[in-house]
Amino acid sequence: MDRQRDELIAQLRQVLPPDGLCTEASMLHAWECDGMSALRQVPWLVVLPQTTAHVQAVLRLCREHGIPVVARGAGTGLSGGAMPHERGVLLSLAKMNAILDIDPLACTARVQPGVRNLAVSEAARPHGLYYAPDPSSQIACTIGGNVAENSGGVHCLKYGLTVHNVMRVQLVTMDGYCLELGTETLDSPGYDLLALAVGSEGLLGVVTEVTLRLLPRPECSQLLLAAFDDVARAADAVGAIIAAGVIPAGLEMMDNPAIRAAEAFVHAGYPTDAAALLLCELDGPVADVIEQTGWVEAVLGKAGASEIRRARDETERALLWKGRKSAFPAVGRLAPDYYCMDGSIPRRRLADVLQGIAGLSQRYGLAVANVFHAGDGNLHPLILYDANQPDELARAEAFGADILGLCVQVGGSITGEHGVGVEKIDQMCLQFGAAELACFHAIKQAFDPDLLLNPGKAVPTLHRCAELGTMHVHAGQLPHAGLERF
Amino acid sequence: MPRLVDPEQDSDLGDRLCDRVAEAFAQRTPLRIVGGDTKAELGPAVCGEPLRVTGHRGIVDYQPGELVLTARAGTPLAQIEAELARHGQMLPFEPPRLGPGATLGGTIACNLSGPRRPWAGSARDHVLGCSLIDGRGQRMRFGGQVMKNVAGYDVSRLMAGASGTLGVLLDISLKVLPRPATEVTLALAIDAHAALERMQRLAAQPVPLSAACWLDGRLYLRFSGAPAAVAYHAGCVGGTEVAPDFWQSVNERSHSFFSDARPLWRLSLPTCAMQPDLDGDWLIDWGGARRWLLSDAPGQWVHERARRLGGHALRERGAGADNERMAATDPALLVLSRRLKQVFDPAGILNRGRMYREF
Repeated sequence: MDRQRDELIAQLRQVLPPDGLCTEASMLHAWECDGMSALRQVPWLVVLPQTTAHVQAVLRLCREHGIPVVARGAGTGLSGGAMPHERGVLLSLAKMNAILDIDPLACTARVQPGVRNLAVSEAARPHGLYYAPDPSSQIACTIGGNVAENSGGVHCLKYGLTVHNVMRVQLVTMDGYCLELGTETLDSPGYDLLALAVGSEGLLGVVTEVTLRLLPRPECSQLLLAAFDDVARAADAVGAIIAAGVIPAGLEMMDNPAIRAAEAFVHAGYPTDAAALLLCELDGPVADVIEQTGWVEAVLGKAGASEIRRARDETERALLWKGRKSAFPAVGRLAPDYYCMDGSIPRRRLADVLQGIAGLSQRYGLAVANVFHAGDGNLHPLILYDANQPDELARAEAFGADILGLCVQVGGSITGEHGVGVEKIDQMCLQFGAAELACFHAIKQAFDPDLLLNPGKAVPTLHRCAELGTMHVHAGQLPHAGLERF
Repeated sequence: MPRLVDPEQDSDLGDRLCDRVAEAFAQRTPLRIVGGDTKAELGPAVCGEPLRVTGHRGIVDYQPGELVLTARAGTPLAQIEAELARHGQMLPFEPPRLGPGATLGGTIACNLSGPRRPWAGSARDHVLGCSLIDGRGQRMRFGGQVMKNVAGYDVSRLMAGASGTLGVLLDISLKVLPRPATEVTLALAIDAHAALERMQRLAAQPVPLSAACWLDGRLYLRFSGAPAAVAYHAGCVGGTEVAPDFWQSVNERSHSFFSDARPLWRLSLPTCAMQPDLDGDWLIDWGGARRWLLSDAPGQWVHERARRLGGHALRERGAGADNERMAATDPALLVLSRRLKQVFDPAGILNRGRMYREF
């Protein structure tokens, strides 16, 4: 049938354990997409290594045969970064899921890439420690995937992204070398290759081990809820809290459709008539939190909040958070399908951008619910559509692309935490010029000269950008014609 | 909306610097990037025509409510810190200046961080974006002015600590933070071993610690935050209060510890590593993660001890064989680093030899 595939399978069998390889057509469908389910591709074959040596052997073989390799963690990514290659090996790190060491004195965790994000904090809990980055998918998503995507979460403003909480990774390159990037110390000699590897979306190497920095659990946390009659006023309140010298552990915002959906879903006690809702969490030493709670309440009052509520206890705090963390599935009940966007903007442009999104929503005739990590300017508009209607997916995609264009236009980014993957590859042409894109390709080539790792993702070819540019000019309009009002 | 803080001192030499680098590229002229020239002694000497960047200066944008500051690379650190202080903010990584002329570009190129490093993060951690000139004279921009941005490889953080060997920094956007309301520094008389244990214990607890250092039989601890929290935790520790300028003397290396003829070594170790078995005088900073050593011990011994404890050493000052300054780089990493150098600086004209002896 397919000689090259058979040959590769035979050789892989020699370097992998019996359950380390999946070639059955009926089974392969399980890996055909990640969290970006609109993009599907059945993999050619799937390997499930259990050790770094297995990964090295697989990559060496694939390089010899010139076969592309796509690494995958839990498959929760939202930009199609783990979408398989039709003639490539899908490398699942799911079986490399051991927590190798928790060092309560050094405050570090050494883990394999398939360990779930939340499992790290669970293992560290008895020592009074936790791992700070907490993407919404933390129950399922893996540390390897977090490193590849530089994942964020709701606590980034205060505690940083993955890149700020990873000390060291073991990275296997396509030629089978196992590199140590970073160290378990606070400064490492040489170029900061760790900074390049984090967020490289599986294009530079495969992560086989990670040392994470753990933090002491804060002495206490206080969650405040504030309701606003006007979205712009809520947006201004966000800036006012930060200008008052407070760095909240989390500062989240939801608009009315998102509030109503979440309330119907988990009954968190959200005020469903509010135009916008802020959740502001303060953490730290008890005395700090008490003082800052007072400051924030005063700021919220001055900013015109129609209601300010303190979570009375841990149960109420957990419930109020649950509403926010379930916003995606909650919104998912409002329409047959939704498309989750991920742009970031300077905080002060929040009100403008919201207005812009509302305008686009009318223009495309599709409803949108907005959920934001307001503290760090990361937007997640959820576009509602019905994939069974002939043109709605295309309209949703065009709407999403315009939102990202708007983010770039106000000085932001096309992705705050979900990555570029396949989904936003065209928008990369908006954010970067030819020189930067050429530089990205050259970096890729320095790590992976044959361009076999996760090909076709994250960085568009210059040719593709040029074609897009031409296409838009032909249509007689700039890429984001509706946006002049800003 | 750009907000020019000091229009008289503000100047944009970006185009001129691009032309200079492009010309040097065409003629294969090595360049030595010079800002305030306060960090020359931190690494090997660079041969080349000076490319002066101090004229490229000015705070381009600063929005206190955004917690973001963008400034040209030649802007004096003193000017930036003064402007931040006017708004009750600071550079969280507390960079040392090592001289009055220190610039933002040099600070980021050297990835220099001060006593707050273990709790607040490094200079690199606060870089949000930058624009730079590569070794061909091309201007490029990476990252941005927002907290979260995962589009493209993180080239701006790669520039932090690259010592100007991968590009000439033009402007840099940084995350800044509010200054803590109060700070208190306490000193306790204990030996190095007990101090390390104490620092580790504190690091694993939710206390508002912002600096921890041991020197000359005394453990120095700094607490930062709201007055009540600082007073409470300082009370738990005990000790005697000392003037906060102690930290400056350590950070700026003006403390008498640093005036010594012996070679000065900087050891980076896991915080829980025990004290290395090396004769000399020690200053333990960063809660145990950075240990300064004044010693005549042979370089190979120092590297070997550091390596065995899971860290590495660097000779910052003092005579000795050139190849003993830092430990040998892993060959595979060296190959990759060389390729990256070629990506950014194909003619090898930018600060040649400053980072790696080989290129």
